[in-house]
Amino acid sequence: MSDAFASHACVQPTKQFLRRRAVAGWVARGILFLAAFASVAITFAIVYLLVRESLTFFEHVSIVEFLTGTQWTPLFFDAQYGILPLVSGTLVIAGIALLVAVPGGTIVALYLSEFAPHRLREVIKPFLEILEGVPTVVYGYFALLFVTPVLQTFIPNLWGFNMLAPGLVVGIMILPYVASVSEDAMRAVPKDLREGAYAMGATRLQVAVRVILPAAFSGVAAAFILGMSRAVGETMVVAIAAGLQPNLTLNPLEPAATITAYIVQVSLGDLPHGSIGYQTIFAAGLTLFLITLIFNLVGFHLRRRLREVYE
Amino acid sequence: METPAMNRDACGDLADEAHNRRDSATVKVRIDASSRGRAKAAAKLNLKAEVKELSFYYGDYQALKGINLVVPEYKVTALIGASGCGKSTFLRCFNRMHDLYPNNRYKGEITLFPDAINIVGKKVEPLEIRMRIGMVFQKPNPFPKSIYENVAYGLRVRGVRRRSMIDDHVEHALQQAGLWDEVKDRLDKSGLDLSGGQQQRVCIARALATEPELLLLDEPTSALDPIATAKIEELISELKDTVTVLIVTHNMQQAARVSDYTAFMHLGKLIEYADTETLFTNPGEKQTEDYITGRYG
Repeated sequence: MSDAFASHACVQPTKQFLRRRAVAGWVARGILFLAAFASVAITFAIVYLLVRESLTFFEHVSIVEFLTGTQWTPLFFDAQYGILPLVSGTLVIAGIALLVAVPGGTIVALYLSEFAPHRLREVIKPFLEILEGVPTVVYGYFALLFVTPVLQTFIPNLWGFNMLAPGLVVGIMILPYVASVSEDAMRAVPKDLREGAYAMGATRLQVAVRVILPAAFSGVAAAFILGMSRAVGETMVVAIAAGLQPNLTLNPLEPAATITAYIVQVSLGDLPHGSIGYQTIFAAGLTLFLITLIFNLVGFHLRRRLREVYE
Repeated sequence: METPAMNRDACGDLADEAHNRRDSATVKVRIDASSRGRAKAAAKLNLKAEVKELSFYYGDYQALKGINLVVPEYKVTALIGASGCGKSTFLRCFNRMHDLYPNNRYKGEITLFPDAINIVGKKVEPLEIRMRIGMVFQKPNPFPKSIYENVAYGLRVRGVRRRSMIDDHVEHALQQAGLWDEVKDRLDKSGLDLSGGQQQRVCIARALATEPELLLLDEPTSALDPIATAKIEELISELKDTVTVLIVTHNMQQAARVSDYTAFMHLGKLIEYADTETLFTNPGEKQTEDYITGRYG
């Protein structure tokens, strides 16, 4: 055996080289593991912190009161700790935002992926991305100083601070994001499918609505879910234009506060560390975390059920 | 009349007919004078389409170079040639598929009978052409819908609403595609749950449901196993009773088995066109002979 190999002078690596190669592999693996582990660890740390601080809060306030109370006045002398007004504000504003962003984003995505000439698309896409980059503070003042006055000209009983204007503006804000993610999903629909539909004599609209949209639906639904999470988590616009008044109502013409807006408001004040007012931040934060988690899980489940397989 | 475009005058009866016509001066004048005259002459010759000096450009690149060919009605015409010879490009001219992408350009004409309309004419709406000509692609591409909706798609696109009419067409098309017995109990299942061969037959049924005049098949069996391939080939032979078929294939045996006429293409040019038997047993061009005997490609 060995003679046969020797006579062929076959290339064998040295022992040193093999050891160095193995060590390099271990080091690379270690670094990659740490990077992956860090993100998981940070998530767990956040959840741990939220839960620990919330537990202190719930020693003072019962969960039943927290979930069913209709007043949120933790900083008043007669403190009430019902989270519902903040949840209602959050959901109403996110709902209005989605009413704008879901149809709008889908239409923009369909236009860009199926209708726009190649050149025009190359111009519009960067604009959408710029729109995504506008600071949210700017959107907030846009809602307060422009959208609300405009709306007031034909909705006379609209409050100066209200949920409608920030809802619409948050919708406009997340629309480019929804459009961009949806468009990626639509463009990923195989060429075969598109050509097959055109070969049947379908118009662009028929191809877009009857073939592309259903085929890309799992990706488009993901865009909706991501948009929803952003709407629920949006802070600045709401803090500026909605009025910062916890208000249990579904009427978008009235002022209200959302969970995020409340957290910003309270953390800017000078609350003593460890006081119950301070603890409310964590209880509210945990609630927000759970709401987005539920949306994401529902979205994940829907996507799996509605997934269209191409191959 | 310019011969209905054969490099070799060996298209059986068709060629003889064409010869006779060419000798007659009256026919020549009439054909060139009006599309109506041409339509009449084409009907005499049983032509579905006539390709004249067709060139096609992807931007600056010329993919087809002055192709002349006739497509006889209710026959199967095969296009063969090595990869990249332009046979798929040529096929896709017939339903203006190239219009989906920018910078593509046609020159010359493809006349579709009976109305002698120039398919690649600038004034012709591609949608109108695609309503009349069906196509089946290389890889089965059923839509992410039920089997029923896949086959009904063409009818829906054409605005057909009556359920009974759609039912009839779907059943008939699936029967023509030899798939009805296999799927009649699960028409509402996704077309994607079927096997590759069944998917391809759904695609054929989808194309047949709108009763096209001409059916384009772009290597319809290249993604299928031998048994599914045999079924599709059998199907193609049956189809020519009701529809004219133009098929691109890289498989010479397939062309020999299913087609009545065969065209051999090379580097964007039509080298030889004849009835299938002649082309395979007695080719007139050296290049054709090399290709079919496997010395090239």
